[in-house]
Amino acid sequence: MHWLRTGLAGVAGTAIAFFAHLVTAVRGIWDGVEPVPAQRVYFANHTSNGDFVLIWASLPPALRARARPVAAADYWLTSPLRSFIGRDVFRAVLIQRQAEARVDDPVGQMAEAIDKGDSLILFPEGTRNMGDTPLLPFKSGLFHLAERCPEVDLVPVWIDNLNNVMPKGEVIPIPLLCTVTFGAPLERAPDEDKAAFLKRAEAALLALAPGDET
Amino acid sequence: MTAPAEFLQLMAGVLGILLVASVIGFVLSLKLNRDGSNATIENLNARIKAWWAMVALLGLAMLAGRTGVLILFGLLSFAALREFLTLTEKRRADHYALAGSFFIILPLQYVFIGMGWYGMYSIFIPVYAFLFLPIVAVLRGETDRFLMRIAETQWALMICVFAASHVPALLTLDIPGFEGKSILLIAFLVFTVQFSDVMQYVWGKLLGRRKIAPKLSPSKTWEGFVGGVLTASLAGAFLWWLTPFAPWQAFLMALVVTLMGFFGGLVMSAIKRDKGIKDWGHLIAGHGGFVDRLDSVVFSAPIFFHLTRFFWT
Repeated sequence: MHWLRTGLAGVAGTAIAFFAHLVTAVRGIWDGVEPVPAQRVYFANHTSNGDFVLIWASLPPALRARARPVAAADYWLTSPLRSFIGRDVFRAVLIQRQAEARVDDPVGQMAEAIDKGDSLILFPEGTRNMGDTPLLPFKSGLFHLAERCPEVDLVPVWIDNLNNVMPKGEVIPIPLLCTVTFGAPLERAPDEDKAAFLKRAEAALLALAPGDET
Repeated sequence: MTAPAEFLQLMAGVLGILLVASVIGFVLSLKLNRDGSNATIENLNARIKAWWAMVALLGLAMLAGRTGVLILFGLLSFAALREFLTLTEKRRADHYALAGSFFIILPLQYVFIGMGWYGMYSIFIPVYAFLFLPIVAVLRGETDRFLMRIAETQWALMICVFAASHVPALLTLDIPGFEGKSILLIAFLVFTVQFSDVMQYVWGKLLGRRKIAPKLSPSKTWEGFVGGVLTASLAGAFLWWLTPFAPWQAFLMALVVTLMGFFGGLVMSAIKRDKGIKDWGHLIAGHGGFVDRLDSVVFSAPIFFHLTRFFWT
């Protein structure tokens, strides 16, 4: 049955990417980095459940096949369908958000995926941003991952307008144009402390947001 | 529905024009753009390529008859509305109003046209959508920028759905002596308006000196405007055999729609300036978005529809 599940996952993946394009006509803007198959951690702003679908759909197929989102196990393992989509279609790295429920160390799980040669899609804010500020303060996961995997490019990715397509609590998406902007990888500064690194990562991501954001 | 012979003749003519344009583009590219650095020629060739696709799509839809044209324009309305509403003022409270615009109002408008129900499709958006959408929005209690939100949403529907749907609505007109040929009215309208856009571009590039609206659209010139509108109106007169019009009537009709198209382009440029963008979208290479390509047709279609309906039915 394994081949059937893999085949179904491939079809479902193509269908989901097609649907994302139909609703948002999503366009990847490569601004400071090229769409080449280098190993990367894409870190993005998080306003909607569709965020990683959009990044995933805007990647060229060859990159898409190796890009795994880091997602919450408590969300993606709650039903068989979600579990199929999370595990088989997106091959998500599923982590426990609540520290007390953890069996595995999240940074360890991410590093393991990178050791296998995959790229990651990560939302360092840790939760969806529902407020008026463009970005929530980053959690420390990105810093620890950067220390563990110093050879991987950290690419900031700004997702624009998806919060209007799919606001929290709504079921029907509104078709509106979205863009996904990929910026230049973060420079590595070996002796930087956690706070300074996270500040710099936040600034690099915010710099990709379109100027007239309201 | 089988396509009238006139339609095939017009298509042959259009394909001939595209072939000549492609050859010119190719020669220009060989002479002046060997390294791909001449932006004007790159853009010209991208535009010509996109024209091939647009003509093929429109031709196929028209060969498929009423249903084909309805589906094509329904999809064009969808793409245009998606571009337009991306730029309008909105809040989370507008979610149902926006979803209703896409998934209820847009399809219903085209269903009413498919039914040939003039009494409904001609007032559905200006009356029913106009009154009910603000009610749907107000129930969520968000008053911030309320008037701007509902007005911009209504405007988007009027332009992208109501006005655009008047192209397929031409198929519902019963013109004595013109039975089974109403698809030719669409061909006439779309051809003259788009030909005017192309000829304004060509005359503007060849002779353009004096800017007609520097604040709105720096590429539009008096020479392009006069040359484009006159050339396209004359072409319209020569296409009288497609239509129920006499040659002089065809000339006047073409003049009206090309003028409407020109001013429609200016209005849509003003909105782009207001919203701080250059193109509405990016899906048609060299042209921008769907609204960029459709703006002139959208402004001329309802006027063409009602003039034809008033004088010829």
